[in-house]
Amino acid sequence: MTAISDNDEERVAGLIRALPPVPEGWVKAAQELPRARREMDEIVARAEADREFRAAVIADLETALQDAGYQLDSSLLPELRQRLTS
Amino acid sequence: MSLTAITDADLVGRCRSGEQEAWNELVNRFSRYVYAIATRVYRLDRHDAEDVFQEVFARTYENLDDLRDDSSIRPWIGTLARRLCVDRLRASAREQPEEELSERATTEDEFAELDEALAVQEAMRDLPEHCAEILDRFFARDESYRVIGEALGLPPGTIASRISRCLTKLRRKLEGRKPRFESSTRR
Repeated sequence: MTAISDNDEERVAGLIRALPPVPEGWVKAAQELPRARREMDEIVARAEADREFRAAVIADLETALQDAGYQLDSSLLPELRQRLTS
Repeated sequence: MSLTAITDADLVGRCRSGEQEAWNELVNRFSRYVYAIATRVYRLDRHDAEDVFQEVFARTYENLDDLRDDSSIRPWIGTLARRLCVDRLRASAREQPEEELSERATTEDEFAELDEALAVQEAMRDLPEHCAEILDRFFARDESYRVIGEALGLPPGTIASRISRCLTKLRRKLEGRKPRFESSTRR
């Protein structure tokens, strides 16, 4: 990147336009990653310690999570499924 | 000091120590950059762009402890976003062989422009009196004077002159500014 020394205002305006807003919900989902990760760790640990819970999440992950009060974003379910079965 | 004002390196350090607010700011700070790489440079469709977007931040979070230089988070994220976009396009090309990857070839200039745009966004954070919001709403969000005026409680008739004044302030702030970031295109 070169130093911005000779910008006219039109160019600066163009650079503001170059970074449009992100669709609603994407940022929030990314911000919730740490909480979601902690929740996934908790679910995996619980599945390792609780045979009944493990059977339930293997049989029907979404229903088992719902019944147990977890509110994990659906985009994380494939990863969780993989962790539970590996 | 507000989290929006701290350096990238400090922000990464606070994310690493588990501060949720710091992570929120990190995502805010780089979200438009990642989104622009996916949609403007690589022209991914909405679904693929969202997958790449989330994957970039998931991997960033997972790799916070492994960063060699906390101040290099921006080029690190930029490089990761580019790699994931290319992977996505290659996968798509395998599914749709008639679509040639070369048609969507990218140029380094596009990345350089996004690096500059990010520097402009950073400079906007230091502007006074609603300036950042006014400029963002008008240029990035394409909002009308009326909508901006209503949102900020300002007379619509004053918005044009405020945009002009804010743009001048921003240009002056950027004049002679030394590049803060190393371009991800050079890594």
